[in-house]
Amino acid sequence: MTAQPITGRIQLPLLIVASVFLVGVMPLLNAYGLIEDFTLNLWGKYLCYGIMAISIDLLWGYTGLLCLGQALFFTLGGYMMGMHLMLMIGKLGQYKSNLPDFMVFLGHSKIPAFWQPFYSFPFALAMVFLVPALLAYVFGYLAFRSRIKGVYFSILTQALTYGAALLFFRNDLLMGGNNGFTDFRTLLGMDLRVASTQRILYICTALLMVSVVAGCKWLTHSRFGLIQRAIRDSENRVLFSGYATANFKLFIFVVSAMIAAFAGALYVPQVGIINPSEMTTEKSLEAVVWVALGGRGTLVGPVVGAISVNALKSWATRAYPDLWVLILGGSFVLVVMFMPKGIVGLPAQILTILSKISRKQQSIDSPPSISEPETIDP
Amino acid sequence: MSQKPFLLAAEGLSKSFDGFKAINDLNFYLDEGELRTVIGPNGAGKTTFLDLITGRTQPDEGSLMWDDGKHDLLRLNEYEIYRHGIGRKFQTPTVYNDHTVTENLILSLAGSRSIWHSLFGKITSTQRDRIAEILTTIKLAEHANRKAGALAHGQKQWLEIGMLLAQEARLLLVDEPAAGMTDEETYRTGELLLSLAGKHTIVVIEHDMTFVRQISQGRKVTVLHQGHVLCEGPVDRVQSDERVIEVYLGRKSKAA
Repeated sequence: MTAQPITGRIQLPLLIVASVFLVGVMPLLNAYGLIEDFTLNLWGKYLCYGIMAISIDLLWGYTGLLCLGQALFFTLGGYMMGMHLMLMIGKLGQYKSNLPDFMVFLGHSKIPAFWQPFYSFPFALAMVFLVPALLAYVFGYLAFRSRIKGVYFSILTQALTYGAALLFFRNDLLMGGNNGFTDFRTLLGMDLRVASTQRILYICTALLMVSVVAGCKWLTHSRFGLIQRAIRDSENRVLFSGYATANFKLFIFVVSAMIAAFAGALYVPQVGIINPSEMTTEKSLEAVVWVALGGRGTLVGPVVGAISVNALKSWATRAYPDLWVLILGGSFVLVVMFMPKGIVGLPAQILTILSKISRKQQSIDSPPSISEPETIDP
Repeated sequence: MSQKPFLLAAEGLSKSFDGFKAINDLNFYLDEGELRTVIGPNGAGKTTFLDLITGRTQPDEGSLMWDDGKHDLLRLNEYEIYRHGIGRKFQTPTVYNDHTVTENLILSLAGSRSIWHSLFGKITSTQRDRIAEILTTIKLAEHANRKAGALAHGQKQWLEIGMLLAQEARLLLVDEPAAGMTDEETYRTGELLLSLAGKHTIVVIEHDMTFVRQISQGRKVTVLHQGHVLCEGPVDRVQSDERVIEVYLGRKSKAA
């Protein structure tokens, strides 16, 4: 009981400190050479994953929709950005052609019409949002109108992701096939291979994450947030209270697809490659594990989960490459069994246990009173 | 045939589930302002009837007209029916366990149900007063900031009735409000429903005959049997009706 207010009170200052550190201090330390470029780049990648994890939690933790297709929206955002980056390579590619290398390799001589507008950065940026949003809208519209719920919804999102991955693996889609896009050179005239550009990208990612957390905090504390959680807990009651629950679910589904897509768009120039293996179901499932580990139904939990699991992964895949899957699965099982609130719920959980122990200690110290029900035999 | 405007008119309603006729050629007329009690043995089709009215299930045949035949309820879905002023309390109390009592009422307040409003709409002071008023009516004022999941069973039932009041429903469909309540709570629930009679049209489904006697007080009671109206009338007449004794009260008294 006492645990709740204490952890609640330190939350906001802690959030502000963390934001300042991520947005300001880390890039500053990097600029002065105290943090390696590699490390900052790695953190940029983690934060992109963290933003995707928040978008999963908006659906899963807050609305009760377990979406196993979030990696698809993330990757689609990445592909839209990737198309622009591919065109920006220009004649600097292997084949010294205006066409991206893979098109030359496939025997094309002209840039396909649907690639043309991607020369414009604003257009590419708009597509980063619009394409995933449109897909989420159409899919969500059909699923929610047909009242597809629970595990059926999860399976369908998984199937959608699988189908999309198969499609992107095909060369004739002209999206790079299984090699995807890589070998990027510039973004808005800046060389992507120098540290200062990467630092700017990192700062953008950190800023995006802070604004996504702040925006979602506002959203989940509005009446919309109340309705979201009401849908999660008792959708029938919400329906019989006059709310068109399908529209509310559709809205949050599209919003979270756009959040994931934006993260994907920032991910691609930092990692330097995008290919269909990023949108496979395993990736989506892994992201769900981040959320579960970090703390479902919170906004900070998914970020903490994404960072810690990926940091663990970076280390474990080097130290024990064969055991990584077991480590991931094992920690998932442990958290589900013993830490229902995830990592961020741990302080409150420990405080509750401590207060229970101290209460027991007290009852042992003090002589048994008559009113103690345990002392009376039935 | 009748010239009197009915608030709700069900005619020739039938609904079967896998060959079992839950509702069988049901005719049911409700006047505005009535407090009607519907009784009947288990499986008589009481809850299915509410499911039909609220759009949860579609009948195989028949008609369901609302507000003097102005609206065909069968063409509307759950939330559209709700927006016509039909509110429902479920048999098992259905409240938002993770929300506080006040938040439960906020979500039920009459008003816009749009996403835009849910994002940017503010709670007016009139609405806040209304919530305070309802909290007093349903005797949950001291529990306003407690999570609904932490309430006692009876209190949850009351909260759900409060949610119907917040909605300013014209018709309250109340499914077994006294289920799982102590005698004291049951009596107070009866008082509450009686105080609402007249202001709202109310249909109460109930098993507990003491409770039915308390709230019907000479008002019309409808007996359902095998999805059909067996008889209607004041509780004394209904209870002395031989058919009713045979199918319902007789069997029940033997069991008791």
